[in-house]
Amino acid sequence: MTAKIIETNNTPFERVDVDTVTVDIIENALRNVREEMDAVLFRTAMSPGIREQGDCFPMVANREGKMVVGQFGSFIHGFLDAYDDEIKEGDIILTNDPYMCNAAVSHLPDWIILVPVFKDGRHLAWTAMFGHMSDNGGMVPGSIPIKAETIYQEGIRIPPTKLYKNGVLQEDILELILHNVRTSEWNRFDLNALVASCRTAAKRCIEIADRFGDEVFDTTMQIMLERNLQAMTAIINMIVPEEPAYFEDFICDDGVGKGPYKIACKMWREGTAERPLAIFDFSGTDPQAKSSINFYMNEEMFKMFFGSFTINLVDPQILFNDGFYDLVDVRIPQGSLLKPNFPAALSGRTHALGRIFDVMGGVLGQGAPDAMNAAGFSDSPHLFYSGYDKKGEWFQLFQIGFGGIPGRPIGDGPDGHSLWPGFTNVPNEFIEAYFPLRIVKYEPIVDSGGAGLHRGGNGLSVAYEFLAEGQIAIHDERWLTYPWGVNGGEPGMRSTKKLVRQDGSEEWLPAKCEGIDVMEGDILYFNTWGGGGWGDPFAREPGLVEHDYLRGLVSANGANRYGVVLNDKGKIDEDATEILRSKMKQERGDVELFNFGGTIEEIKARSVEETHLEPPVTP
Amino acid sequence: MNFRLGVDVGGTFTDLLLVDESSGQTYTAKVPSTPQDSSIGVLDGVNRICSDSDIDLTKVSQVMHGTTVATNAVLTGKGARVGLITTKGYRQVLQVARSFCPGGLGGWVSYIKAPLLAPLELTIEADERMDAQGNTVSALNEKNFKKDLKTLLDKNEIEALTICFINSYVNGAHEIRAREIAQEILGEIPISISSEVVPEMQEYERTETTVVNSYVRPQVSKYVNNLQSSLQEIMGNDVNLAILRSDGGLASGRAAAESPVNLLLSGPAGGVAGAMYFCRRGGFEDILTFDMGGTSTDVALIQNGEARVKRETRVGDVTVRAPAVDVRTVGAGGGSIAFVPELTKALRVGPESAGAEPGPAAYKKGGDKATVCDANVVLGYLPSDVKLGGAMQIDRDSSVAVVQNLADAMDIDLMAAAEGIIKIVNESMLGALRLVSVEQGYDPRDFALVGFGGAGPLHANSLGILTGAWPVIVPPGPGVLCAYGDATTEVRDEASQTYVKKVEDINLDEFLSELESLKTRASISFAKDGISEERQKVAYQADIRYAGQAFQLSLGISTDDLRENGLQVLTTEFDRQHEQLFTFAHGKDHEIVMLRAVVKAKNEGMADIQMAEDGASIADAVIQETKFYFEGEWYDATIFDRNKIGIGTEIPGPAIVQEMDSTTVILPKHEAKVDSVGNLLINPSN
Repeated sequence: MTAKIIETNNTPFERVDVDTVTVDIIENALRNVREEMDAVLFRTAMSPGIREQGDCFPMVANREGKMVVGQFGSFIHGFLDAYDDEIKEGDIILTNDPYMCNAAVSHLPDWIILVPVFKDGRHLAWTAMFGHMSDNGGMVPGSIPIKAETIYQEGIRIPPTKLYKNGVLQEDILELILHNVRTSEWNRFDLNALVASCRTAAKRCIEIADRFGDEVFDTTMQIMLERNLQAMTAIINMIVPEEPAYFEDFICDDGVGKGPYKIACKMWREGTAERPLAIFDFSGTDPQAKSSINFYMNEEMFKMFFGSFTINLVDPQILFNDGFYDLVDVRIPQGSLLKPNFPAALSGRTHALGRIFDVMGGVLGQGAPDAMNAAGFSDSPHLFYSGYDKKGEWFQLFQIGFGGIPGRPIGDGPDGHSLWPGFTNVPNEFIEAYFPLRIVKYEPIVDSGGAGLHRGGNGLSVAYEFLAEGQIAIHDERWLTYPWGVNGGEPGMRSTKKLVRQDGSEEWLPAKCEGIDVMEGDILYFNTWGGGGWGDPFAREPGLVEHDYLRGLVSANGANRYGVVLNDKGKIDEDATEILRSKMKQERGDVELFNFGGTIEEIKARSVEETHLEPPVTP
Repeated sequence: MNFRLGVDVGGTFTDLLLVDESSGQTYTAKVPSTPQDSSIGVLDGVNRICSDSDIDLTKVSQVMHGTTVATNAVLTGKGARVGLITTKGYRQVLQVARSFCPGGLGGWVSYIKAPLLAPLELTIEADERMDAQGNTVSALNEKNFKKDLKTLLDKNEIEALTICFINSYVNGAHEIRAREIAQEILGEIPISISSEVVPEMQEYERTETTVVNSYVRPQVSKYVNNLQSSLQEIMGNDVNLAILRSDGGLASGRAAAESPVNLLLSGPAGGVAGAMYFCRRGGFEDILTFDMGGTSTDVALIQNGEARVKRETRVGDVTVRAPAVDVRTVGAGGGSIAFVPELTKALRVGPESAGAEPGPAAYKKGGDKATVCDANVVLGYLPSDVKLGGAMQIDRDSSVAVVQNLADAMDIDLMAAAEGIIKIVNESMLGALRLVSVEQGYDPRDFALVGFGGAGPLHANSLGILTGAWPVIVPPGPGVLCAYGDATTEVRDEASQTYVKKVEDINLDEFLSELESLKTRASISFAKDGISEERQKVAYQADIRYAGQAFQLSLGISTDDLRENGLQVLTTEFDRQHEQLFTFAHGKDHEIVMLRAVVKAKNEGMADIQMAEDGASIADAVIQETKFYFEGEWYDATIFDRNKIGIGTEIPGPAIVQEMDSTTVILPKHEAKVDSVGNLLINPSN
């Protein structure tokens, strides 16, 4: 550690006895702290990204920087290594540079606030929160330039910097930063909100320590970490096999002509039953891209993803934390898509970040196929629209897309939903009131969810009618490779973007593009992808298929994918269904574990015909 | 001599309170609820209370009623079959539901979406469009609309219809026209349109709210009409029926049946209203209420004698835009089950509840899991050898057995496990109390804490210690407080309108006339129900925020102050409150997003309700001696009969005060005093 934390009171913390009930109470209190952090941020932030979509993540960590409550794992360790200065009570640190905090945040628009919490001169804990800013300067509005080749093109880089020193706001620094972004007032407000949220959490930590005792608080955080270690030991023994499992999935393209990029992961278990070690090895992942789609993945963040998807199995009320990190070893080759060399561009990392969840599902699921989900809406595609409205005022819209949740062991996937915690769409009436846009259509795409015993959720079709001249940028995925199905389920439908000009001419836009001029009256149909299907579609109760038909979620033709025949009144034709099902079953043969919709070569060969777009060149 | 009757229908019991308006004398009754048709229980109770008190039924002039008919329709999924008409391109607005998957990272894996309250197969689109400024982009295509509507009707399924078009919160003309057409085709089927039910921005929330109104409307109106006519049969034609709204005000039966979406939290609002009634009379205007039942606990904050009202009502999975007393609920109650997960050995309490069946082990009805109630029995707070009124027999051995199982799992002793359960459940309730106080910028120590509901008085003293909110108040009849609330609150209605304007762009005269028209709208129901204008009292509110922010504050508006000092009255106050809440203020870019007029009318002429009597000696109230366990020690304690404790009596802790449906614990180093209204006030001993 090169950072030096200055305490005015050097009394060391000692481990004390804490009874179970007190641990449980403090755990509950810390849970409330985290919820209050979110509440404060949502209420005070100003940009629609944070406010409505909830693109932000809180954390409370112990003195050593281990996350005790939160979501994405702690980065403090890496940060402390990289930060060569003293940290004192009253300091508040701001950074956005993934290369300076071991990828705690993974692209520049995520600004992170870190508050060291002191009590009676002793360093007690850390609170931190990051949020996605509407703009970070650089090449394009929204600061996620596809074509960037280095991080220098992606806007202002803020190394770990004291935004407050000794409790005093460093106004010069703040103004210097905000001078470099297009949405300075939104950022100013959102930053205030992040600080308010972390300060509230710091205050609450002090109150808890006051109530129970400083040593009790500190020891309890340690015990909470140990509880996770204990629980995850059992889980790893249960679900990670000694025999390696392998899975690979893809990012379709990099926006500058190459793709698909492979993300490969091999998983196995070593060690003893008391002290297992789960290894996730990403060797075989393709090299870093020239454009901004690289995802600099923090190893600990991946551990957190792994843990949070599995720990609910044993104690759903546990507060998930960093305590089990020693049980997991994540190996990522330097120079790959997941660990690019500085100064590779990173802003478009969203796709690979999302795809990691499909990879994790695929690699973990092979040992327990019944518990595995199909490929889901593993991304948050964006649309940017900016320009000057008719009053001459600058507008800048950042919209996140939603799509099909996959078919799951528990049932059908919801239509047009989000895989990210807390994300919600921005109400269309809000958008129409504040931006020169009309949203002509907002509905799930019929038949886009993969057929299965449990249907994949449908993707969403949003038709944006532009009411002012401006420019758009699109960041989307799964236009080429399929959201795969499992256990006999079919893949979901892929994404498309069609721009219909006012004169009636049409153009299919690539999944990743920017600087597209639009005129008043042009309409963009932004269609996201559906979730993969789960289980044998021919085993699905025909009544459910009929019901989906009546609800407009599956068409009469689409019902045939389930081997179900509907008559012209939309009712099941039982005889025809029986015949069709037995014929289709025979043609299909045995059910396969995964259905990728073909090999990469096959998919590429069909690209122009099916997607209206040229296939990318293998990297 | 006139009487009024408060009636609260709960899940298990229907509570009734009869008040003599001239003397304030009261009579109460408790009868079993009849969930299949709750009006039966109400009428049973009415007959019971009048025969017990020997009062002529025709002397009852007003019946004030808190009902869960609307709530239950939503919770059990047994509302009407609702047809929905949306703008073209938005048929699936409820299906997408703002794309939200609850839970943390990976929450989607286990998320199951509840069925829509207006099924997609009964949802059609209308070809029409309004823009965000309220200009018509394309008029309603009436020909197609009629055709589609007939097809929908031919399915013979629809019991209620909802119309919600995009941007109708600015201009409802298309919805109104669509309703005219639909009325011709649908005949008797009730129609709710969003621009009338809730003219507020956000298409999903507005659609859901209007759909919920339709969903509960047939049941509620049938219930209200039946009850009204049954009451008239026995009490005469001039009896007035009023229903308690979620915001704590009363609505006439007629108004309630038209906008039942406003009744979803009628139950909890009654408790808050009852607590406010007794506390106000005891001189307490700032209170935190804490209503602990079998499966959950509701808390609320009241400042200056006014309950905070939020603009959102949540029942189960359903959230609607309707005003409701800001009650927060935690899944912690007397029946909450405690357990120890094997791997982590943590002690968890709730949210599973043993409910009424099988109930806590102590009741010997088959419950074999340790509940909060069992922990109270083990600790001696619920004495097993005292039986009062209709209370159920308590078996301590059964409670000991189930709590011992948990103690063994954690490797601690029985009493530590029992205290652990109580501490954890108290902590959950503290969490809820913090939500309404600390997190809203209030210090609980500036408030008194009022405990009621079946289990509230058991835990109230402990929560006083945790929050520092003194005194802790246990009002008279803590188990039937809702009925007191029903009988003592005032008539209320409101009208609101999305406004969305930067303060700097607002013309003051136009702003004032907007308020005036809202007042007219809000008092329509008063006029229909014959409440004269002199009795009405209007209050204006503006919801204000920094442009673009999601958070907004409802600020009261004084029109005189506005005329004199301009709109900066609002912006200054907003900045002040924002700073208090969030440590910073922006000082510019204020935006008003919503205006509202709230009209209230006091209930006329009722004497104060009389509760405790003077003078009896404390010795007369002693039932017996007992002992209970607190913070690792056993204490000798006295059990008192609350009905025999007079005004001014002081009860030193440790003690237990018993009454028919509730038990109050007074902890060591604390003492209780009965105030002039009959409230038990618990304070730390000096």
